[in-house]
Amino acid sequence: MRTPLFDQHLATGGRMVEFAGWEMPVQYTGILQEHKAVREACGAFDISHMGEFFVSGTGATAWLDGLLTNNLTALPVGHAQYTILLNERGGVIDDLIAYRLGEENYLLIVNAAKIPEDAAWLRKHEVPGVHFEDRSAEFAALAIQGPQAASVFEKLFHRPMPAERNRVEEIQPGRSFIATTGYTGEAGFEWVMPAAEAAAAWQAALDAGATPCGLGARDTLRLEMCYPLNGSDLSPDRTPLEAGLGFFVDLKKPDFIGRDVLLAQKASILPHKLCALRVLDKAPPVRPHYKVYVNGEPVTETTSGALSPSLGYGIAMAYLPPAYCDIGQMVDIEVRYRRFRAQVVKKPFYKKP
Amino acid sequence: MNIPENLRYATSHEWILVDGNTGTVGITDHAQAELTDIVFAEPPAIGKSVKAGDVAAVVESVKAASDIYAPVGGEVIERNEAIEADPSLLNTDPFGAGWIFKIRIADAVELAALKDAAAYREQIGA
Repeated sequence: MRTPLFDQHLATGGRMVEFAGWEMPVQYTGILQEHKAVREACGAFDISHMGEFFVSGTGATAWLDGLLTNNLTALPVGHAQYTILLNERGGVIDDLIAYRLGEENYLLIVNAAKIPEDAAWLRKHEVPGVHFEDRSAEFAALAIQGPQAASVFEKLFHRPMPAERNRVEEIQPGRSFIATTGYTGEAGFEWVMPAAEAAAAWQAALDAGATPCGLGARDTLRLEMCYPLNGSDLSPDRTPLEAGLGFFVDLKKPDFIGRDVLLAQKASILPHKLCALRVLDKAPPVRPHYKVYVNGEPVTETTSGALSPSLGYGIAMAYLPPAYCDIGQMVDIEVRYRRFRAQVVKKPFYKKP
Repeated sequence: MNIPENLRYATSHEWILVDGNTGTVGITDHAQAELTDIVFAEPPAIGKSVKAGDVAAVVESVKAASDIYAPVGGEVIERNEAIEADPSLLNTDPFGAGWIFKIRIADAVELAALKDAAAYREQIGA
């Protein structure tokens, strides 16, 4: 599949790769340069592959609060919330952003790879009065991220970018939306619009000073922040508590799918926790599925890994048994048949200077 | 695309500069452009003996690891430590400061199996 910006990516020198069934740019000029552009200036990402679900009707809030871990009832209209869709075993189906457009009116931004599964899950649990629509094909989206994102916003919309994180505004009601959200750890916004308007929006963002950035930089930026990637760091066999996402789980809500499992986990000991690992030795880049050893014994594998462009050392995440999750715990990561020392560190890896 | 005339090329995108029975080996401009930002390089140990086509070194970009093959057989007699400290030399100067290792060529006949600049240019469609 191709996003509405496919031709623009080719014209901008995008190196196209397959991602979740989509032909997406992994980079334009280079991952390191694009990463730096986002940390120091501003980058633009095509995120049109992500899904757009609309939920509305009397009872929409209650319905979603029965399906998602975070609390939408408590979320003021005009705000966005990171939240998680669980299966009955408390495992992660998807992590997503919910925009509260009205009291009973929502836009959900879901992962590209999970659009069919999420939609099927929501339809399976449909209730009378609540209207659910998967309109992913109609919409494109851009993520504009970096310390200069506010200046890009002003050039695009001729008014200041909302200072508050997680604000949602409808640029054109029902058609075009911005939210001060992102996946990089930088200030910025995400802009959802009709597919036909994507090319002009992309060009306008670049003209306003944003550097085109691909999925490669998106991955290194999010990993430096320990933001999980579904399919790598999150899975149907891991709960959000194991993934360290308890902040986005409201167990005080009367009920949501998976809640019982999470309550039971909370009352006992988590079997594993997703830990941040800093590589101490000079080593090749750590990648996903590299073996992790403690005291010479294999205990797990990395779920994500990279040589951090901002920090200059290797970083990774892995699910470790609780006995090995303390900050300072030494582990070894095997890279190409050799083991390199690494240490459990506090999340995130990267903090703004 | 830079493809110096004075080098011989392996199909796997290594170049060799021959001086008597010594060869200097690196990767081509085309290879570094395909690999993108190189963030790790490990030249072979001095004294390592390799056959033509053996894995001699490893370079890794942000997204992928890539084996570097010996274009001819012989013994490694020098390694470029500068690329360990600054792997980006492979991107910025692949035919110069980004060389990877030097080899004492065991059998000069193997050089005939490598490509000249014109044949390599044809291979990569440059």
